[in-house]
Amino acid sequence: MAFQILINIIIALMWMFLSESYTFASFIAGYIWGLLLVLLLNRFIPGRFYGIRVVKIIKLILIFIRELVLSNLSILKLIYTPKPEIEPGIFALPLEVKSNWEVTLLAHLISLTPGTLSVAVSDNNDTLFIHAMDIDEVDQSIQEIKDSFEKAILEVTR
Amino acid sequence: MKESAEVIAGVFILLGTIISLISAIGLVRLPDVYTRSHAASKSSTVGVLFILIGTLLYFLISEGYFSIRLILGIIFVFLTAPVGAHVISRAAYRANVPLTKSSVEDELKDYFQEHEKERG
Repeated sequence: MAFQILINIIIALMWMFLSESYTFASFIAGYIWGLLLVLLLNRFIPGRFYGIRVVKIIKLILIFIRELVLSNLSILKLIYTPKPEIEPGIFALPLEVKSNWEVTLLAHLISLTPGTLSVAVSDNNDTLFIHAMDIDEVDQSIQEIKDSFEKAILEVTR
Repeated sequence: MKESAEVIAGVFILLGTIISLISAIGLVRLPDVYTRSHAASKSSTVGVLFILIGTLLYFLISEGYFSIRLILGIIFVFLTAPVGAHVISRAAYRANVPLTKSSVEDELKDYFQEHEKERG
C-alpha cells in the first residue's frame, strides 16, 4: 500500500515538472492522473489497489461515529433512570485479529462504543476481556462486535 | 454572518457542556470503578469534542480563520481518552478492586489467577 502511494506521489511530482507550475492545485491534478495510472497498471504492482482500502477506512470511521453517538445516548438513558437495573460483568471475547496494531485498534473502538469497555488483553493476543454494562446479551454483543468492528478492521488490514 | 456563527457555535458548545455534565453525574451515581470509567471515557470525550467543534465553527464562520490546532486537539483527545480508561480499569483489576455486588459474571478472574501462579 505504501509503495503504491509513493508511486502516486512521484507521478504527481512528474506532472508538476511537466506542466512547470509548482502549485498545490497542479499537485492535486497530477495526483488524480496518478490514481488513474495506478488503477490501470494495478496488475504489475504488488498488492491490491489502495483506493479500495481508503474507502474501507472511511467506512470504519463512519461506523465508529455512529456507535459513539449511540453510546452516549445509552449512557444518558442509564444515568437518568432513577434506579438503573444494570448487571455489569466481564466477559471474554475470542479474537480473530492477530497483530498488535489490529488488537489496539479493536480495543480502542470497543472502549468508545455503547456498554462495553476493554479491560485487559491476554498475553498471546487471542482474547480480549471486556467489561459490559449489561451482561444479559453477551452472545449477542459478541456477535455484533464481530460483525461490525472486527470485520471492518480485517477488511482494512488484509 | 456573525449572528449565524454565534447560533451554531452556541448550540454545539451547549450540547458539549450538557454531555460533560451527564458524564460528571455518571461519575457520582454509578457503583464501581469499572462502570464509572464507562461514563468518564465516553461522555467526556464527546463533550470535549462538541465544544472544540463549536469553537472551530465559530472562528471559521465569523472570522474565516481555520484553526488546525483545534482539529489536532480533537484527534489527540480521541486517541488518548479510551487508552486512559483502559489503563485505569486494568490497574484497578490488578490491584484487586472488587466489582460491584450486582455483577453477574467475571471471566477475567480465572485467567488472571492462572496467570499469577505462572509468574509465581
